Amino acid sequence: MIPTAFDYSRPTGVDEAVHALTDGGEDAKVLAGGQSLIPMLRLRFAAPSMLVDLGSVDEMRGVRDDGDALVIGAMTTHAEVLDDPLIRAQAPLIAQATATVADRQVRHMGTFGGSLAHADPAGDMPSVATALDATFEIAGPSGRRSVPASEFFVDYLTSALEPDEILVSVRVPKLAGWGTHYEKFNRVAQAWALVGVAVAIRRSNGTIDEARVALTNMSSTPVRAHGVEEALVGAPATDESMAAAGQHAAEGTEPTSDVSASADYRTHLATVLTRRALGTAAGI
Amino acid sequence: MTHISMTVDGVRYDDDVEPRTLLVHHLRDKLGKIGTVVGCDTSNCGACTVLMGGNSVKSCTVLAVQASGMDITTVEGLAGRDGEMHPVQQAFHETHALQCGYCTPGMIMSAVDLLAENPDPTDAEIRDGLEGNLCRCTGYQNIVKAVREAGETMRTARHATPETASAHATRDEVTT
Ligand SMILES: Cc1cc2nc3c(=O)[nH]c(=O)nc-3n(C[C@H](O)[C@H](O)[C@H](O)COP(=O)(O)OP(=O)(O)OC[C@H]3O[C@@H](n4cnc5c(N)ncnc54)[C@H](O)[C@@H]3O)c2cc1C
Ligand code: FES
Ligand code: FES
Repeated sequence: MIPTAFDYSRPTGVDEAVHALTDGGEDAKVLAGGQSLIPMLRLRFAAPSMLVDLGSVDEMRGVRDDGDALVIGAMTTHAEVLDDPLIRAQAPLIAQATATVADRQVRHMGTFGGSLAHADPAGDMPSVATALDATFEIAGPSGRRSVPASEFFVDYLTSALEPDEILVSVRVPKLAGWGTHYEKFNRVAQAWALVGVAVAIRRSNGTIDEARVALTNMSSTPVRAHGVEEALVGAPATDESMAAAGQHAAEGTEPTSDVSASADYRTHLATVLTRRALGTAAGI
Repeated sequence: MTHISMTVDGVRYDDDVEPRTLLVHHLRDKLGKIGTVVGCDTSNCGACTVLMGGNSVKSCTVLAVQASGMDITTVEGLAGRDGEMHPVQQAFHETHALQCGYCTPGMIMSAVDLLAENPDPTDAEIRDGLEGNLCRCTGYQNIVKAVREAGETMRTARHATPETASAHATRDEVTT
């Protein structure tokens, strides 16, 4: 099918884009890489009156070093994220998870910010941003604001962004000295995660000082596995404590059953994948 | 209607399009580039793959307006001016890397994109690099073989005669 008709605007700056979005009214929508939106337009699941294409907003592209954090422009494509030396060095968890997103063609168009704004709980970036305690920099008609990852994901395909707001960039703290890992389970190439686990762990000698664990596709938003995190603080960095902590992975989650996996199977996967991710991140 | 201008297989086109026009429909229906095909309605199969600014994209999942100002290469733009096939096309032909041929234009464009980034991929890297392209006939074995052989040909050609090889060596050059 082809999309329903819409108006089109292609601003070159953030403020201009916010104006276009406000002028476009309630049914105006942002177009980033289009890799989630265009399939939805084609199936007519979405029928916006206007698309505001951010493709020419250069200030939203690229990765910048900002002291204790990296600032990633929302329009940086997955492929650019993968190629970026700062990301590889300072945020390897993002690089590792991005390499598992879709395929080469989709990664050439799809953007880091788009995959967060889309707020699909099966997406890989939302749980990664949640594990990294990222901050979302947002522009709207009344100015700029920042939202922590813990408040950005509201529900299935619903973020804290108002209809006339734009995600401009994402601030990711550098976790110097931490070990990180993304463990994703899917059935075939190019498929979305049945379950994914993003882990960051800080240890001194043989003991875990702090751990952050976030789950992909275990609820209507990405979720932090607090039970796992609490079980790990002060625990010895051994296989046994990873396995014991992993048992808490699915606590408080609400996984769905669909054609690919039952809720019970997802619960099982969360436990196993968390144990594996913790072990790899802790280097044991 | 929105005015767009793009270069396709070395020729510049200026057109007015509805913003909802998909790039693949613009290429096929307006510009007559029917070498690029549509195989699915879900952005999964990759049959519609073209190069945009040198990078592979699924042209069914790009709006024509997004491609304005860009350089597009379709499977029709790969052969040399004298009609000589691109090494990837030649390798698909020689290793029997197609049966019905429907996935082939997209497979070839993805292979060209992959080899430009990684001229000497392992079989595992070839399979991974082509994960966005589905083939329902071949079982992929001969496709992987074709990409491996095309890579070899392109590396040897580049090594032996840099001037002549350059006609085919990189995706940037085939678009000029
Ligand atoms: C075949 C296929 C397989 C895929 N597999 C995976 C996968 O395994 N894992 C995964 O994580 N993703 C996957 N994706 C999705 C991909 O990662 C997309 O890139 C991503 O979901 C959306 O990014 P985009 O830039 O294309 O956004 P778009 O499609 O342009 O936009 C998506 C939504 O977000 C809004 N939006 C986008 N950017 C902004 C912004 N800056 N400010 C405000 N709102 C904004 C849009 O209005 C729209 O509602 C897949 C996609 C396809 C087609
Ligand atoms: S037709 Fe474009 S991905 Fe199938
Ligand atoms: S040759 Fe028939 S789909 Fe690939």
